Amino acid sequence: MSESMSEFGTGTTGFDGPDSTGHFGPYGGIFVGETLIAAVEELAQVYQELSNDDAFWAEYDSELKHYVGRPSPLYFAERLTAASGGAKIYLKREDLNHTGAHKVNNTIGQALLAKHMGKTRIIAETGAGQHGVASATVAARLGLECHVYMGAEDVVRQAPNVYRMKLLGANVVAVESGSRTLKDAMNEALRDWATNVDNTYYIIGTVAGPHPYPQLVRDFQCIIGRETKAQSLEMFGKLPDALVACVGGGSNAIGLFHPFLENKQVAMFGVEAGGKGLETGAHAAPLSAGKPGVLHGNRTYLMTDEGGQIQETHSVSAGLDYPGVGPEHAWLKDLQRVNYVAATDEEAMQAFHKLTRLEGIIPALETSHAIAFAMDLAASMGPDKNIVINLSGRGDKDIETVARIEGMKL
Amino acid sequence: MSRIKSISETAAAQGRKLLIPYLVAGDPDLGHSLGLMHELVRQGADIIELGIPFSDPASDGPVIQRGVERALAGGTSLADTLKLVSQFREQDSQTGIVLMGYLNPIEIMGYGRFVAAASEVGIDGLLVVDMPPAESSELHQRLHEANLDSIYLVAPTTSAIRAKAITEVCSGYLYYVSLKGVTGAALMDHESVASSINELRKLTDLPIAIGFGIKDADSAAAMGRLSDGIIIGSALVERIADMSPGAVNESDLVRSCEVIGAARAALDGLQEDKAASL
Repeated sequence: MSESMSEFGTGTTGFDGPDSTGHFGPYGGIFVGETLIAAVEELAQVYQELSNDDAFWAEYDSELKHYVGRPSPLYFAERLTAASGGAKIYLKREDLNHTGAHKVNNTIGQALLAKHMGKTRIIAETGAGQHGVASATVAARLGLECHVYMGAEDVVRQAPNVYRMKLLGANVVAVESGSRTLKDAMNEALRDWATNVDNTYYIIGTVAGPHPYPQLVRDFQCIIGRETKAQSLEMFGKLPDALVACVGGGSNAIGLFHPFLENKQVAMFGVEAGGKGLETGAHAAPLSAGKPGVLHGNRTYLMTDEGGQIQETHSVSAGLDYPGVGPEHAWLKDLQRVNYVAATDEEAMQAFHKLTRLEGIIPALETSHAIAFAMDLAASMGPDKNIVINLSGRGDKDIETVARIEGMKL
Repeated sequence: MSRIKSISETAAAQGRKLLIPYLVAGDPDLGHSLGLMHELVRQGADIIELGIPFSDPASDGPVIQRGVERALAGGTSLADTLKLVSQFREQDSQTGIVLMGYLNPIEIMGYGRFVAAASEVGIDGLLVVDMPPAESSELHQRLHEANLDSIYLVAPTTSAIRAKAITEVCSGYLYYVSLKGVTGAALMDHESVASSINELRKLTDLPIAIGFGIKDADSAAAMGRLSDGIIIGSALVERIADMSPGAVNESDLVRSCEVIGAARAALDGLQEDKAASL
């Protein structure tokens, strides 16, 4: 036990990022208009101070315990394991968090930052609506004004979450520009921020954007990996052999992976949205099939055409429908520390049904991509091996989408 | 000496304010853009900022966003934008041309290829909205070696220390953003702009041009009084929005650019007022 516990350190010598200028190797950085530079630098300064302040983390931990309901369980999926036929599959139950996904780990942390900075107005972008709901939730709790930017396409796809945000008192702005999805919502949030920079805090929902966002969102999500480490040692006496998480922007994945980066024996798999198949071009898998470029404040892998225009993406899950990915993932790909793969819409749909029927857990469509890959991975590994899937969100928000795809009307 | 430097020195010697219109390359198509560029010069432009169409213009307001969408609908690329400048240069070697846009198209083309092509077709300077000096050293160095100007923005939120650092890497002219917000907004506060420009004057001898929110002769005169030049973007792009792709109608070009002609008259009026008061 003591030997295993020694692995439970948080040192990240080989994978220590970002550097002082916000770079993960060649990725990351600060690529925003001049008007926003002061705001981004102020945030970096405040975060650096607070992240060295035990009282700040005590406040954060207390929020997670009493408001979010952490720690979330690590659950042995016995019937899913039997159906896959191989390694034991465990689920890290982020779907049981308040608001139903991992997103709230981050919005709690950033709302505390906003409070410390004296900001009275919160803005956020959202794709599936999970981050929007998590932002509206913490804004309601802290009595802050909240505006959520959401692509007009997504407003239609995720109607229940739109209503949830409105119930929570948020103003939901349907974004009609560009492809009317998550990337356009982020453009619009950046425009709002540049206009209202004095009193506004922008809660970015994933590990992308200009420095320090990729760092601070990761730090707030690392609670997932830290708990998983302790729970793995408790449940099966060693670290997992493999970790699997879906990757859109990549916040749930980095939260699970990061505390394990130094543990070389732990294999890691980030599963991107393969859409209709990588060969069709209709997907949202920049790490699997894109190339490095610059978007939304950072250099990272992108879906971009020969002329440098950002391409429209496709995924059955709105939360993965984004042409970029967090810069730390780009770096971990190049370092070959994490394997990035893709699951198609169809594979995700099958996994959605499998988990629902085998375990009585309805997963988010985003998460279903990770489940699809993990079942194949489990089949290729022996029964003495252990896999942890980050069950990043619950699928209640997706039942209309699934019904529609399968020709049913609710 | 760079073309922009020579334009601004000549203008300064004559007491003339620089007039810098912005339009999106390929809006509504490349034929119109070429016609508009020549017409802008006829109506008094000294330098033209030519926007490189980009799918995600996060610093632009709705008017320029729509201009970019029209250009992209016609498939206009960075390569087309460079070709457009080359065509413009067949008839005009006097007017300054600054490319303005976002980094990704340049990054994907490759810095080396881009700077070589920009230099070849007769571009004078580059302003990349989402690339602050801290991220621009490699591209900046290449531009400098090719004798092209690197133009940077200073915003109302820019600290004095940072402004000083920006003036040290900036060449051509310094672009002062008159307000907090995106292009085309209209919330300028004259007094704060005036005091910011005064502070900048202490830091640099570079010409200072003011942009964001200048929409007519009155605002042109007001901002021209405070600076060495003004940039007009959204007010022009809004008029270009009335044009359709296809055959170019000369009188439409003239009409679209009248806002620039009016600004020219207003700026020249400042010069006469000054002369009269002496």
